[in-house]
Amino acid sequence: MYGNAYIEKDAKPISVENEDEEKLAAFEARITRGEKIEPDDWMPAEYRKQLTRMIEQHAHSEIMGALPEGTWITRAPSFKRKLALVAKVQDEVGHGHLLYSAAETLGKTREAMIGDLLTGKSKYSNIFNYPAKSWADIAVIGFLVDAGAIINQLANAKGSYGPYCRALERICYEESFHLKQGYDAFVALATGTPAQREMLQDAVNRWWPPMMHFFGPPDKLSVHTERLMRWKVKMASNEDMRQEFLEQYVPKIWELGITLPDPKLKKNEATGIWEYTEPDWDEFFRVINGDGPCNAERMAVRRYAEQHGHWVREALRSPSHAQEVPYA
Amino acid sequence: MAINSLDPRIKRADLAGASGFTALSEREHWEPYAVFHQDKRGEQHIFVGIVHAPDPELALVFAKEQFGRRKKTVNIWVVRSSDIFTFAHEDEDMFATIPEKIYREAAGYPVRKRINKYLHDLEESHK
Repeated sequence: MYGNAYIEKDAKPISVENEDEEKLAAFEARITRGEKIEPDDWMPAEYRKQLTRMIEQHAHSEIMGALPEGTWITRAPSFKRKLALVAKVQDEVGHGHLLYSAAETLGKTREAMIGDLLTGKSKYSNIFNYPAKSWADIAVIGFLVDAGAIINQLANAKGSYGPYCRALERICYEESFHLKQGYDAFVALATGTPAQREMLQDAVNRWWPPMMHFFGPPDKLSVHTERLMRWKVKMASNEDMRQEFLEQYVPKIWELGITLPDPKLKKNEATGIWEYTEPDWDEFFRVINGDGPCNAERMAVRRYAEQHGHWVREALRSPSHAQEVPYA
Repeated sequence: MAINSLDPRIKRADLAGASGFTALSEREHWEPYAVFHQDKRGEQHIFVGIVHAPDPELALVFAKEQFGRRKKTVNIWVVRSSDIFTFAHEDEDMFATIPEKIYREAAGYPVRKRINKYLHDLEESHK
């Protein structure tokens, strides 16, 4: 899963001042021709930096995204749902591995990336800082959050950096199962008892605001964004992705008689554009900066896992340090 | 640090020690291995991606989890990434003339054309 990871408030303009003009022109021409850039190719320092940050944030989002869902494995309502959830969570962690490896090809080590996550220097998708209160939350995450992730990742899979595109190709294939199992769980509740419908409606109401934040605030038309799009680092504007999400998924929710907590939400048939109440972007930035309902818990759990796994990693790395004297 | 989680397991876990953070040491997450996947006996093993592992045996275990959990798999190879030797992509011009080497292709030998000409000429000379 993934979303709005490409956040940089007050981004400094990308500087290519120190780059070799000839090399830069050749590099941009290759991208325009649709060629992929590979790790050993020449690339502008800013391309390397922006991509590293973006893929790294994506990797963190996969790992952190497994946490809210992971908490429901032990409480899944049936064996089949439990199997699906275990498989999905394993996929998400696998995606994290694929993406850390893709980012590593740009020169930053996995240890450094995880270090930056654990100190809070590096961000992950905001939506995972919200709690999964009931089983219906898992249905909503599996359906809507993964739907958003697919829109984002399908766009990025057409980007310019070879290792990232190859990782995304596999990730998108697996995400289609995530979406379908989430939709299945969503529909099961929507077509179930009044209590189940009520539980689902409550979850949808709570997840809608973070879902509207998911793709990030509308991009400012800037040289920064323009350059990232020309380099095929950023493949679609945040607002375009949000529109695509609304277009594809709002009808699927309404079809089931589930409502969305935004009285202004409707498609303007004349323009083809979805209209909605402006999301609370102050809240969005507040949560990114650590003040969300679950930031502390997510980080604590992740740090705990890293620290408690340390001795295992060390032991496996140095198997020669065997106990030679009998313990008892 | 007490965490009032909705997850009973997290509530029970002692996350107190998790507030401090020790930086990870270099290669604490081990070294990369390239994974080659074979989906059918008789087919080639194909490069599919990377796992990090402390040794080849564990690399195989991780490769099975990462690249063998869907679709058909009959075999997997792992190779330490540092043991792979490659040309640089920027030297790809060394392969540039290969498509021109038509003399290496069966299509570079239009035998039938020569025979047809010969037979045609023969027929002409008998007229």
